[in-house]
Amino acid sequence: MNAEVMQPQTTPTVAMIRTLGLIAAICGVIIVGAYQGTYNAVQENKRIAVERAVFKVIPAARSIGEFIALPDGSVEKTSASGTVPAGAVKFYAGYDDAGGLAGIAAEGSAKGYADSVRILFAYDQATSSITAFGVVAMRETPGIGDKILVDKEFLANFPLEAKLAADLKGLANAIVTVKQGTKTKPWEIDAISGATITSRAVGKAINDAAQILLPRIGPNLDKLKEKS
Amino acid sequence: MSQPSGIMSARNWDELMEGIWRQNPVFVMVLGMCPALAVTVSGINGLSMGIATTFVLVCSCGLVSLLRKLIPKEVRIATYIVIIATFVTVVDYVIQAVSLALYDALGAFIQLIVVNCVILGRAEAHASKNTPVVAMTNAFGMGIGFTIGLLALGCVREILGAGTLFGVSLFGANFQPWVVMVLPPGGFFVLGAWLLLFSALARRKQRKLTEAAQNA
Repeated sequence: MNAEVMQPQTTPTVAMIRTLGLIAAICGVIIVGAYQGTYNAVQENKRIAVERAVFKVIPAARSIGEFIALPDGSVEKTSASGTVPAGAVKFYAGYDDAGGLAGIAAEGSAKGYADSVRILFAYDQATSSITAFGVVAMRETPGIGDKILVDKEFLANFPLEAKLAADLKGLANAIVTVKQGTKTKPWEIDAISGATITSRAVGKAINDAAQILLPRIGPNLDKLKEKS
Repeated sequence: MSQPSGIMSARNWDELMEGIWRQNPVFVMVLGMCPALAVTVSGINGLSMGIATTFVLVCSCGLVSLLRKLIPKEVRIATYIVIIATFVTVVDYVIQAVSLALYDALGAFIQLIVVNCVILGRAEAHASKNTPVVAMTNAFGMGIGFTIGLLALGCVREILGAGTLFGVSLFGANFQPWVVMVLPPGGFFVLGAWLLLFSALARRKQRKLTEAAQNA
């Protein structure tokens, strides 16, 4: 081997920067192209996913409206950009065939066995009760924690009483999950034996979200009554 | 091995089969185990993850090979990662556009394709030294091999752990699912069983070759 080959060849800094700049530019164009190309389809998919989830918990609903409940107790339609201001809670109003309010759906989450359990629950304003819930995302153990969706006795906990307290600042009775077979009040959730932690997460998720959201919705029901 | 003529030259056929069989990323090289164990709870998850990885492999190896004379060797790894990350981002958007349910099922493992060692390994060891056609053929073979590996894991785990295949119930209502198979330990059990099968095949082939050599 001669000395020339042994000499380590170094690339000039300018050449390195030029090449990296060129590659970064190519990659940038590809990413922006992909983002623009899929934007509409992704947004449409997200909208359909939300609609499906709401229709599942409010079976009578045929269309939905998106709202936010602000900390000062007022309710507004979500802005076109979809951004939610700090402290505001997003919720959905489901409307039936005639355009009347069929129910209200909102998200809640609480720590489950594996990760946080995110649920969407439906609130019926006529009976002041939580009528159903669906799972948005969870990583609970298959065959154990995911029983909350199929266990007949657990689903029989709904409708669940969620009346507002006299001062309109929270619920009259906090929604709690109790040990299996000890449910005595209409606002208690009977846990699934063997899946207590996931059952508790459902109760806590509903309670935490309802305590904040329902007092804000209560005085504004007229605003939601008719589909705008 | 049969050799089709025409479009596929012997060289290209060889490059393609390297990843599918001789150097299968899952069963022979045992690379990319993170997605292979984590997402393969069902056949469809394994298949989608395999297809996504194949797309990233082929595109990034093609681009790396195309730019191989331009890329300074001092910053080659950084360059490969940027290129790979670009195509992973593309796949990420495409999967969201195709199905949000699938996107949720694959979770963080789509983004983690960036650090899949099969892809970086191919870019460094193969694409940077070969012409685009050869590099992409080899990458495609590796991708198919990876997909077959994930599909083999996913199908076995879905059948045993849920009694279904691609969502279709196989055994009827009386089937008691073997839940551990869709939990993380099940991934190791099934992978171990497949590796056992492949090394047994390799041992047998080796023995036959030695016997043939002795007889000759």
